[in-house]
Amino acid sequence: MHHWEVVMATAEGMVFDIQRYALHDGAGIRTLVFLKGCPLRCAWCHNPEGQQKRPQVLRYENGTEKIAGRRMRVDEVLREVEKDTIFYDESGGGVTFSGGDPLVQPGFLLELLKACKGHDLRTAVETSGYARWEDVAPVAPYVDLWLYDLKLMDPERHRRWTGVSNRRILSNLEQLAASGAHVIVRIPLVPGVNDDRQNLEATGRFVASLGSVGEVHLLPYHRAGMSKYERLGVDYTLGDTPEPAAEAMERLAAILQEWGVRTKIGG
Amino acid sequence: MSERVAELRRRSVEAQASVSSERARLMTEFYKSARGLSAPMLRARAFEYLLAHKAIVIQDGELIVGERGPAPKASPTYPELCCHTVEDLELLNSREKIPYAVDAVTTAFYEQEAIPFWRGRSLRDQIFAAMTPEWLAAYDAGIFTEFMEQRAPGHTAGGGQNFRRGFLDYKREVEEQLERLDYLRDPEAYAKQEELRAMSVTCDAIIRFAERHAELARELAAKEAEGARRQELLQIAEVCSRVPAHAPRTFWEGLQAYWFIHLGVITELNTWDAFNPGRLDQHLYPLYRQDIDAGRLTEEQAKELLECFWVKFNNQPAPPKVGVTNAESGTYTDFANINSGGLMPDGSDGVNELSYLVLDVIDEMRLLQPSSNVQISKKTPDRFLRHALRIVRKGWGQPSIFNADAVVQELLRQGKTPEDAREGGTSGCVEAGAFGKEAYILTGYFNLVKILELTLHDGLDPRTGRQLGPHTGDPREFADFDALIEAYAQQMRYFLDVKIRGNHQIERLYATQMPAPFLSVITEDCIKKGKDYNDGGPRYNTSYIQGVGIGTLTDSLSAIKRHVYDERGMTMKELLGVLGRDFADADDVRSRLMEETPRYGNDDDYADDIMRRMFDLFQSGVDGRPNTKGGTYRIDMLPTTCHVYFGSVTGATPEGRHAWQPVSEGISPVQGADRNGPTAVVKSMAKMDHIRTGGTLLNMKFIPQVLEGDENLEKLLHLVRAYFRMDGHHIQFNVVSAETLRAAQLHPEDYRDLIVRVAGYSDYFCDLSRALQDEIIARTEHASF
Repeated sequence: MHHWEVVMATAEGMVFDIQRYALHDGAGIRTLVFLKGCPLRCAWCHNPEGQQKRPQVLRYENGTEKIAGRRMRVDEVLREVEKDTIFYDESGGGVTFSGGDPLVQPGFLLELLKACKGHDLRTAVETSGYARWEDVAPVAPYVDLWLYDLKLMDPERHRRWTGVSNRRILSNLEQLAASGAHVIVRIPLVPGVNDDRQNLEATGRFVASLGSVGEVHLLPYHRAGMSKYERLGVDYTLGDTPEPAAEAMERLAAILQEWGVRTKIGG
Repeated sequence: MSERVAELRRRSVEAQASVSSERARLMTEFYKSARGLSAPMLRARAFEYLLAHKAIVIQDGELIVGERGPAPKASPTYPELCCHTVEDLELLNSREKIPYAVDAVTTAFYEQEAIPFWRGRSLRDQIFAAMTPEWLAAYDAGIFTEFMEQRAPGHTAGGGQNFRRGFLDYKREVEEQLERLDYLRDPEAYAKQEELRAMSVTCDAIIRFAERHAELARELAAKEAEGARRQELLQIAEVCSRVPAHAPRTFWEGLQAYWFIHLGVITELNTWDAFNPGRLDQHLYPLYRQDIDAGRLTEEQAKELLECFWVKFNNQPAPPKVGVTNAESGTYTDFANINSGGLMPDGSDGVNELSYLVLDVIDEMRLLQPSSNVQISKKTPDRFLRHALRIVRKGWGQPSIFNADAVVQELLRQGKTPEDAREGGTSGCVEAGAFGKEAYILTGYFNLVKILELTLHDGLDPRTGRQLGPHTGDPREFADFDALIEAYAQQMRYFLDVKIRGNHQIERLYATQMPAPFLSVITEDCIKKGKDYNDGGPRYNTSYIQGVGIGTLTDSLSAIKRHVYDERGMTMKELLGVLGRDFADADDVRSRLMEETPRYGNDDDYADDIMRRMFDLFQSGVDGRPNTKGGTYRIDMLPTTCHVYFGSVTGATPEGRHAWQPVSEGISPVQGADRNGPTAVVKSMAKMDHIRTGGTLLNMKFIPQVLEGDENLEKLLHLVRAYFRMDGHHIQFNVVSAETLRAAQLHPEDYRDLIVRVAGYSDYFCDLSRALQDEIIARTEHASF
């Protein structure tokens, strides 16, 4: 096996789940590695157990408990990920780091990515983009595909719905795009939050101005994560928000397409 | 679908299965009058008598003709093998699921003539009389089943010769062999003479049978006004006068020739897995090509003929069973399983235009029978597999998917030539065989979980309190896990010996009393050897024992290893106590055993290594042992519906299964135990060495959303390809949500047409027993992440 560089196989980080046969997070059959911690607090988040850096307890209806979050070493993660190598070979798949936001653990993420590349695996990173550029730049050479969330274009509205400004998110995206990285922009479309024409117009204009962004994926809001809130003892504030209808999704996609942006509904 | 096909299909689907006494009457008449015939000649003359006297059926609109009974879905009985009792007939007539209508005349005939004549004479009665007390005790306890107690060895499929030769050709070959017999030096010459003469009689009989159809078609044509149907009837007459006496010259003749052969095989005896045309697309293709090129046939017409052919299979429900076996396998399906794709005998890709047409037929017809599968080799184009998966995605379980390269390797390992292996495929559920050249007889299911229960009780069956197996020690005193496995191995070897000794006797009974001269004619080397299909005539003669419950066995042992021997959080005594009371007041222990045990199906070597060890034990206990026909024993890992029966005789197990619940099916994980998704499942399954079996069966259940869209379908394709790269033998899918299945349980009237994959076959969900329905619902549902 050819190792590009020395990998810190013993570097540790906090992982809250590893899912195999993931279908919606990059090409082919993929394994999703969920890293813990996220700087954002989106009301619609479907992985709320990944938000905090420390382990969180999920209490199930039948009284059992599960702890989300355990420390894993790079080589342990790799061992799990490599179990599906034959499926990556067959399908052009690979590993996708998700979260939380994996950039919350930049050192761990970097070592994981280096290790993956050393083992000739294809990589993807799913991120909110909210990170210091100094943390993004070092990992970028090891990322084959960025799945980059763009929730709201208006800084104020962004702050209101996610808790943080989108300034860094936009500038990181600009820099990544300028560097020629392969990026897919993903927009979780939440009715009443970001499904207005104005936001999509602004998104279209912005994305169209970026060089290497391949396409935009519109992800319709769904309530699948709702039960996790109860298990965490956290309020779910979007309780009666409807899941968007297929026609509405088509309409919103059309707005982006007006800007010449390749748009797909679903991941 | 043409109007004609729609109408034929509708009539077939709506027809009520019934028991016909026609065959039983003719057979009884014949046996009463037969004198002084050798066994092969007796069987040949009986075959001739049946075909000469049975009612000939040609229905409105049919293009392919011939029925086994006097009407579609009128199933004959085989009293010379097993004679129904009056109670059996009443049960068949009145039961809620899988009923067969029985009229009063039939019951009266059975009561007055069939039962008095066949009692003690039927092969079934002779088999049970011949078995040892140990065999009978193990059989009663549900340690194994016996396939041949009421159905004849079949388990084979037709070869290419069925589409290339006529029965006049076969007859000539038989005559030549008769000429060559050396009565002075060959001590078997007389036996061979009788067998060959019998074969010759059956050749004439099948030709005459076809001619009777030609005569009826001409009669019907004469009554028909000038028009299209009259022309069709005249054409049918021409076809039936030509085949199967001669080799077929056209696509239509090819299908009709095969259908007469099929009827011959399933009329001669009630062979297991009915029979099937083998590599239909490959054998029919030359006829198809010629007809198309000559402008005699359009693709539409070819499809219509195929669809008429499909209906004929659906018209033949499985012969109704007798006694306890009814509970083991409740289905109308008779397991004729049509192969498409695969390899040509020369090793090139076997997919042709007809292969795609066959897939379209499967899709349009949506019939329980025939069952269908695709054979996928590394040479098979993705588009063929994709086409098949698009049908699979519709959710009714067909076609199932086989690894042609693995099948070939399995057959090569057993000593077949590459050409014979490649012309082979899979029949029944998942069983590999060299089509047209091999008798590969499944002899019975073997309850791997019950063996563990006996091991944990020093050979005693706790259900009945009977000491069935050898004393292998008190498990509370075993020093370690290896001691437990060693005791298991001793129990298993003992019961395999009991089973195989019984098998040998049964093989001899069939060889000497129930030869099948007609099936022998069309199975290669029987004529050359002058030997019967049931007596080592075929080129290859294999006997199988099918292991059931490897998932439950593995998880049970994993639980014992983890909790009793590795972590020592529980003693064997405690565990046995809890199992003995079926986890009463021990929910916490049960949940610990279920949740804190490494389970098979999760790509976890702790459990999977145990599976491998137990597989090796079973495989090496059977593989390579001789049968009485010059062939050897092999194993299959498939359950049909026997995992429900085996579960019903087996108490609580250490992985948390309650007493009497189904055990795991095929090589699949315990229902609900696999939690790491489909890639982990197939990785675990691939740790078994499939090449050392003659077939394994893996069921996977997906909710429909996971397979929506082209991209997801592509990922399923990659999943299948990866499994096959790891030498997986077979995979099949249910694409239906548990929610839908539960709704169907509540409102069966709204879900009459819901078809699901059971084991190696599909069936109407509402026709399944409640236990089997629940078992399918409990299988892990792979959802999207």
